[in-house]
Amino acid sequence: MNSDQINYLLQGAYGTLLLSVLTFVFASMLGLVIALMRVSDNTLVRQTAFGYINIIQGTPLLVLMGVCFYGPSILGYSSVPALFAAVLALTVQSSAFLGEIWRGCIESVPQNQWEAAECLGLNRVQRMFKVILPQALRIATPPTVGFMVQIVKNTSFASLVIGFAELSYNAKILNNATFKPFLYFGVAAVLYFIICYPLSWMSLRLERKLTLARS
Amino acid sequence: MTEVVRLSNVHKWFGDNHVLKGVDLTVQKGEIVAIIGQSGSGKSTALRCMDHLEIVNEGEISVCGHTFGAGAQRKDLKQLRQDVGIVFQSYNLFPHLTVEQNITLAPRSVRKLPKAKAKEIAQQVLQEVGLADKIDFYPEQLSGGQQQRVAIARSLAMGPQLMLFDEVTSALDPQLTGEVLRVIEKLAAEGMTMVLVTHEMGFAMKVAHRIIFMHQGKIHEQGSADILRNPTTPELRQFVSNGL
Repeated sequence: MNSDQINYLLQGAYGTLLLSVLTFVFASMLGLVIALMRVSDNTLVRQTAFGYINIIQGTPLLVLMGVCFYGPSILGYSSVPALFAAVLALTVQSSAFLGEIWRGCIESVPQNQWEAAECLGLNRVQRMFKVILPQALRIATPPTVGFMVQIVKNTSFASLVIGFAELSYNAKILNNATFKPFLYFGVAAVLYFIICYPLSWMSLRLERKLTLARS
Repeated sequence: MTEVVRLSNVHKWFGDNHVLKGVDLTVQKGEIVAIIGQSGSGKSTALRCMDHLEIVNEGEISVCGHTFGAGAQRKDLKQLRQDVGIVFQSYNLFPHLTVEQNITLAPRSVRKLPKAKAKEIAQQVLQEVGLADKIDFYPEQLSGGQQQRVAIARSLAMGPQLMLFDEVTSALDPQLTGEVLRVIEKLAAEGMTMVLVTHEMGFAMKVAHRIIFMHQGKIHEQGSADILRNPTTPELRQFVSNGL
């Protein structure tokens, strides 16, 4: 493997990393909104979020990528940047899953915590943000990090429809040219691991810090 | 004497279960009322109705000047919740906050007090319950009795006119029970209006001005501590003899 090829793989890794980080940020924001909508008092709000989650969870990521890349042309836009389309598709898909995970975590906080907060006079927003969400955060850490790793792996779909240069695509290109699959896919696997490992490590630290705060 | 609590012909169903079958109850300012009875007699439900934690199906409730009746849920409960403090059997402290933060959360968020003033109040109420040195601890680090006393302090911090206690010592062993009862006794001596749902007969006899025995959703017998020594109705006689 020469230095050009190593560079090519590293560029792919950069693409993967970029997609992952942008998706984490936007999907977290949207996922939190979805989760809060799912536990709302308002029936219409709850049903809307429920509908969104069901439709998106049932749609393959490949199809979402296609919609996000080719869809805007129906509305009159001539072209869409590959990065924008990929992040949009990944964000929409991830927010549906994260929203459900977080709804489950919010509902895991014991009911009497809601009651105690209510009896002190806190309004619904104060109860949610000062009492319930901090406790839900601790419960949410393992499944959220598990899903974050899933996001990193899902970025490989970006190359299939949209042609965004990320790690698995670049590895595939090199393999097509050199017919050394174990070498290039092997190195790609190691690079994926290097991207994912800090997530697991941060999750462990976050869990320890949140436990420490309680004891 | 001003009336702090009035329940008028209160009925409550949970599905098909008719839990409160026409309860009429008043509590005067400064009075201490103990409600006793078997599980399922409706005593906790009656208490929870006083703080609008349960909505009655029929009848009217008036607490600290706020009136609410059947059916509709009231939205403007902020003032009611400041006037009434309630302490639960399972303490329900916020585990992610220190004792100080548990106590100052409501004064800062609801009454919008500045941090320093809220801390002062926290120190005062903790002094009242005898836990001033535990101000920076987390609930997990405290015993059950200490947690319950912090829960009482947390309710006191909002300056309520009425304190409700829902079987607050039922989850505690005798020694821890004693700690908590001493705090309640102290509050009683200071003139706080209180309604206690309790199984502690001895305590009820010692501290309560009036004892109410509930049976099958209605007030069966009420009076001073004498009703426990000389019960008039057979149901109360049976209840008391079971306890001894």
